[in-house]
Amino acid sequence: MGLLSKKDGKLITDPLADNNPITIQVLGICSALAITAELKASLVMGIAVLFVLGIGNVVISLMRNIIPSKIRIIVQLIVVATLVIIVDQVLKAFAYELSKTLSVFIGLIITNCIIMGRFEAFALGNGPWKSFLDGIGNALGYAVILIIVGFFRELLGSGTLFGIPVLGDAIEKTGVYSIGYENNGFMLMPPMALIIVGLIIWVQRSRNKALIED
Amino acid sequence: MAVNTDKNSYTILFAIAMVVVVGSLLAFTASSLKPTIQENERMEKQQNILYAIGINENGDNDIVFVGTDKVGDLFASKISEQLVLESKDGKILKVMSRQEYMDANNNQEPYLIDVKKQQTRAKEGKSRFLPLFVGEKDGETVYVAPIRGKGLWDAIWGYVALDKDMVIQGVFFDHAGETPGLGANIKQRYFMDDFTGEHLLSDTGVFKGITVAKGNNDPLNERKEDFKVDALAGATITGDGIAGMIKNDLKLYLPFFENLKTQSN
Repeated sequence: MGLLSKKDGKLITDPLADNNPITIQVLGICSALAITAELKASLVMGIAVLFVLGIGNVVISLMRNIIPSKIRIIVQLIVVATLVIIVDQVLKAFAYELSKTLSVFIGLIITNCIIMGRFEAFALGNGPWKSFLDGIGNALGYAVILIIVGFFRELLGSGTLFGIPVLGDAIEKTGVYSIGYENNGFMLMPPMALIIVGLIIWVQRSRNKALIED
Repeated sequence: MAVNTDKNSYTILFAIAMVVVVGSLLAFTASSLKPTIQENERMEKQQNILYAIGINENGDNDIVFVGTDKVGDLFASKISEQLVLESKDGKILKVMSRQEYMDANNNQEPYLIDVKKQQTRAKEGKSRFLPLFVGEKDGETVYVAPIRGKGLWDAIWGYVALDKDMVIQGVFFDHAGETPGLGANIKQRYFMDDFTGEHLLSDTGVFKGITVAKGNNDPLNERKEDFKVDALAGATITGDGIAGMIKNDLKLYLPFFENLKTQSN
């Protein structure tokens, strides 16, 4: 990355793999289980978190010297909630269709522990630019896992990707269904997301032994 | 600026300032955007009603409403009458035309009747207004009724188009916050389209409703008179909510349709 210094670049690239918020820090699991039954929802959620975490981290970082430590968690919550509600209102007024798609995610974004976690662990102690990069990096790391999980769940559970049938027609028995393949309805259930996240963690740690805790 | 951020007085002042700033910011956003949002919601209701009688710009699998630029004109021309039935204890007290209703209710258009408020009125033992939109589909007169109920997380609602025998001619379902990929699929074509052609009444005219059933061995939904449609995997409670709101809300319209039949005989 020519634009960023090496240290700043690491803020973006670290959360993508070796310090991934989901697979290493095990944060934001609830939303990763809830909305990954289809790829489109995973992508939308990833973008929404990217936006909120990027801006939220900057806001918290700018306020870091004046926030009373006793009530910092509440202040962080208020900042997230305000950002999310304003975005939702603006979308409702100017991009109504999109806001209908997003409305489900509003509650999930506010309660996402990654956001609170980054505010608490990073933005409260670093400047706005670094916090912005950290926010973007962590949101991307989160989005990557969501998309991987969403890809497998939608493909194996519904036989579609982004709602488009890729394996043939399950009811008319065309494509792979003609040779006896069946969609696995269990993939649509949240527990399967946990199992896929588990598999990702397994693969990641077996490739990089340094990540294994004692 | 060196402030002691640990002092109690500072903490309280900060909290107050934060509440005031955030509160006014949100209040300002909400009130300045409210007219635009309401206008969007108004047009959406018209789009939904038109969708139920088959006026839409759907492709093969997607759901595309008529554009917001022409929805007003289409609604005015395709919905020939908006009736309002006043209902109490399962009986219909009177049938009002659009004009009669508007004269009595501050010029409120019947399609803007809030079903939730009317349900609360019924619960309180008062009479309830039931809107019914009269349109046409494939040359037949159809009646569109709004319904509302509970899903897993939040409200679900819809519009159901019925012919004179209460056979479903089209539906549109929507939800406030069902799980994407599971309950949220009630607004997918493959679920909604299943309802078309389903009967609500038995041969003898008894109101049966529709069950959203698992394992009914009819995934293509070829049997239209079994009062069942195929359920969605992983969305049992949302499906039950659909069955519930069809049963509770559409049943109230039964006397109107019975009356329609006796009149035509």
